[in-house]
Amino acid sequence: MKLFKLRGGVHPESRKELAADRAIRVLPMPEYLYVPLLQHVGAPAQPIVNVGDKVLKGQLIGASQGVISAPVHAPTSGIIAAIGEYPAAHPSGLTAPTITIKADGEDRWLETAEVENPFSLTADEISTRVAAAGIVGLGGATFPSAVKLNLSRKNNVRTLIINGGECEPYITCDDRLMRERAAEIIEGVRLIRYAVGAEDVMVGIEENKPAALAAMSAAAKNTEVKVIAVPAMYPMGWDKQMIKALTGLEVPADGRTADIGVLVHNVATAYAVRDAVRFGRPLVSRLVTVSGGSIAEPGNLEVPIGTLVETLFDFCGGFRDKPARMVLGGPMMGIQLATAAVPIVKGSSGVLALTAGEIGKVDPSPCIRCSSCVRACPVGLLPLDMAAHIRAGDSAAAVALGLKDCIACGCCSFVCPSHIPLVHYFNFAKGELMEQERVKLKQESTKKLAEARSERIARIERERAEAAARRKAAREAKERAAKEAAAKAATETA
Amino acid sequence: MNKIAHSPHAHAPISISKVMGTVMLALAPATLFGFWLYGWPAINLWAVSLVAAIVGEALVVYWQGRAVRPVLFDGSGILTSWLLALSLPPFAPWWIGVLGSLFAVVICKQVFGGLGQNVFNPAMAARVMLLISFPLEMTNWIVPAPLGSAHAPGLLESLRITFLSQHLDGMASASLLGHVKTEFTRGIGLDQSLAGYYAPLHSLVGERAGSLGETAAVLLLLGGLYLIARRIITWHAPVAMLLGIAIPALIFNLIDSNHYAGPIYHLLSGGVILGAFFIITDPVTSPNTTAGQLIFGFSCGLLTWIIRTWGGYPEGVAFAVMLMNAATPIIDYYVKPRIYGRDRKGVSLSAGKES
Amino acid sequence: MIAALTSLTILGAILGLILGIAARVFRVEGNKLVEEILDILPGSQCGQCGFPGCAGAAQALAAGSAPVTLCPPGGRAVVLALAAKLGREANLAGVKEAVPMVAEVKEEICIGCTRCFKVCPTDAIMGAAQQIHSVFRDACTACGKCEEVCPTESVKLQPIPVTLHGWYWHKPNVQAQQNVPA
Repeated sequence: MKLFKLRGGVHPESRKELAADRAIRVLPMPEYLYVPLLQHVGAPAQPIVNVGDKVLKGQLIGASQGVISAPVHAPTSGIIAAIGEYPAAHPSGLTAPTITIKADGEDRWLETAEVENPFSLTADEISTRVAAAGIVGLGGATFPSAVKLNLSRKNNVRTLIINGGECEPYITCDDRLMRERAAEIIEGVRLIRYAVGAEDVMVGIEENKPAALAAMSAAAKNTEVKVIAVPAMYPMGWDKQMIKALTGLEVPADGRTADIGVLVHNVATAYAVRDAVRFGRPLVSRLVTVSGGSIAEPGNLEVPIGTLVETLFDFCGGFRDKPARMVLGGPMMGIQLATAAVPIVKGSSGVLALTAGEIGKVDPSPCIRCSSCVRACPVGLLPLDMAAHIRAGDSAAAVALGLKDCIACGCCSFVCPSHIPLVHYFNFAKGELMEQERVKLKQESTKKLAEARSERIARIERERAEAAARRKAAREAKERAAKEAAAKAATETA
Repeated sequence: MNKIAHSPHAHAPISISKVMGTVMLALAPATLFGFWLYGWPAINLWAVSLVAAIVGEALVVYWQGRAVRPVLFDGSGILTSWLLALSLPPFAPWWIGVLGSLFAVVICKQVFGGLGQNVFNPAMAARVMLLISFPLEMTNWIVPAPLGSAHAPGLLESLRITFLSQHLDGMASASLLGHVKTEFTRGIGLDQSLAGYYAPLHSLVGERAGSLGETAAVLLLLGGLYLIARRIITWHAPVAMLLGIAIPALIFNLIDSNHYAGPIYHLLSGGVILGAFFIITDPVTSPNTTAGQLIFGFSCGLLTWIIRTWGGYPEGVAFAVMLMNAATPIIDYYVKPRIYGRDRKGVSLSAGKES
Repeated sequence: MIAALTSLTILGAILGLILGIAARVFRVEGNKLVEEILDILPGSQCGQCGFPGCAGAAQALAAGSAPVTLCPPGGRAVVLALAAKLGREANLAGVKEAVPMVAEVKEEICIGCTRCFKVCPTDAIMGAAQQIHSVFRDACTACGKCEEVCPTESVKLQPIPVTLHGWYWHKPNVQAQQNVPA
């Protein structure tokens, strides 16, 4: 199939050989699971259980709030040990509301019924099941999948693209999933296609995964699903890049993929959809790659949501030597972990323990305007100019150059010969701008409140004055009436 | 403030010193050839220029209270003075090299704010300064006297040439461009002035009078291609500049071949190859986008040809480059890449349309 | 020489004429400056600047009789914005970057005297006589008036804790990027 030309991108060392050929192993259930209430884009779930409640595996413990939200479920059977703040897997090191579950060791599933023929369900029912299962984009974006399905159905999406790119170095969980569970993935893909009514279905898999291509092609034989090899480069897995490569269409900057009739889902999301629709099982575990130069035995694990990262490291043989950095996610966009005592969440595709050599950190030098970053940017921005403006304190000028379109993929920082932390500048500026927006909104609301108060007080004054005037008028009327009565009485007696 | 590092947690194996080092490697063959062709004086001049640049930069940075090591070791000052040395007449006195290097590194680079902050190419700015201040020394071209040949100056004599400005008799010669221009002023057309003077093969291989680095066009071309292969530079600016010279030269040569030299002549003489691959590709002073670099390169070539043909100086590369350096910011302002999902003006694409 | 004198005089006259016409034709009516300054100020009418409300401060700033550092709740952002708008130098030396604060009522000590909500410029305090008062965090601008009048010191300004919601990356260390000082 003819692929369309792409722009920018970089070719980091894939380092996937560390874990690519390690089959999936199931992590033994840990004793405690820490399930955050916000593992998705949108409103956090609200707990519907109390401390001390007994729960079964797959039981709803946090209900979704509003349209853009997702529920959370118990990853194993046990007792709710705590509901409160726990360190989140976040660069700030701050805490997040988390439900802690103490496993009872039995790992008993909630009773769910298997649907013999999922294709006999209506599209609405499929959406409902996906929503109830708490499925979010497992490629890392964690957008609630049911919302995407409904939106796509409303917009008459024509093309369904399944993203098997997995362009980040080290990460191989999607690769293994495709190699070992291709049939289940294809079933999930076909369910999604049925649920949104798409005509074309394509699975895009990077060329550096020949075994996954073979397995998925075999599973998709005699179905409407087309498996297509795409060039191996970073960020091939960026959904807009995948769309451009496979269809030649560009998603409008102010729009969504649905606006051009396309829906993109990750392969692991398709797998989870199948589990939810056919078995009624919610999302309680995911595949995570454990890799890096400092890990003794890299591998791909099936991990219950809420497992602490340190458990995964220990299971993979621990550290060969102390890692220079621990990262959640891939090296290009992942976040550094200050401590491994944070939980795996729905969007965690990998945990890495990297050596100093792998990181390649060097002190920054001044920008020589070589424009390697411009050539590397897949969006077509000017990272060197945006960073220069932000450093000078002028974030608004960076916005004029397209800061809001930056996807923080890290290509620019990766190739910069001066080792300038470009994406760091952009994320700082984006945060600063959001803060300014918040302050502006607060100012506007403050003004409104102050005006409302002035009005209220003025109104009270007015009403008081009116009431006083009325009383006065009434008094005068009474006096007049009394005078008249007296005068009348006087004339009568006279 | 937390000590967490921001992504990415991996990096391409590249750094400023690697970039500068690769460019120096690409210049080495032509430089060594120049050394062989002109002998010890050339070596002395080159060495003196580099030393002056290093010492000058170190002093300035030290006086500013900045750390000296990172500034010196990124190699950019050395590269600037190397390029300057290559564009000087090989038997120039030492103070030309020193003055030029100091001007380039201290005034044209550090005073503007250090690496990455200068508007004009330091090597070209220094060359222009020397040319207009010391026209005599800067146009004192020499017939090549390869090392080891009979009339090549020995080591001691070379030291005298460089440091005591002792001229050797019988070695002076005009460069090709200078000769042609002078003959034009005497009303003598190309067919006569070039006869016996111009052999393209010699220009290609380098056996004629010229500056230290301009002679071996082949070696410079190879060096430039090596840089493109290593992705230090892209092909856009060099090819555009070569076309910018070749196209007008061809057109006018066809119109009147007696007064307008052909493209081969222009491409092989003066600092064109050096300029196209090593000077205009200086990242600091050239545009950010490949489209911008095409415009920049072509304009440099066109201006070079115009100055050579109708200007007062026989060689135009340095002036052309400096004029275009001034235009780089405006090229960058108007030539920006198209953002994904938006049209050329930056407005978001409407749904359903292809880019 | 006569030619030079005449030509320059004529040139000067023509240009002067053009300037005069432009001054008439492009005259800006009214003083929009006060409105623009008002937009920059926080608008909580707290009075800490010493002027009657933000409108008074805006008038004074436009007239040039008040310094750009007059607004404590505005912090550095407002000082810089005012300086930019008015074309004046901003001396940030005395400006404390206020940690975002919000008033909080300590319910154990509150006696329900109703003094605080009567002075709150944004009606951010809810309460009634003999009832415990409470603060609407979203409406509070930390102007401090409630703290001043409270007889039992039960309402105080506290720093707002940083949450995941509002956190963002710090600015990369600039020093490391430019040539490092020795």
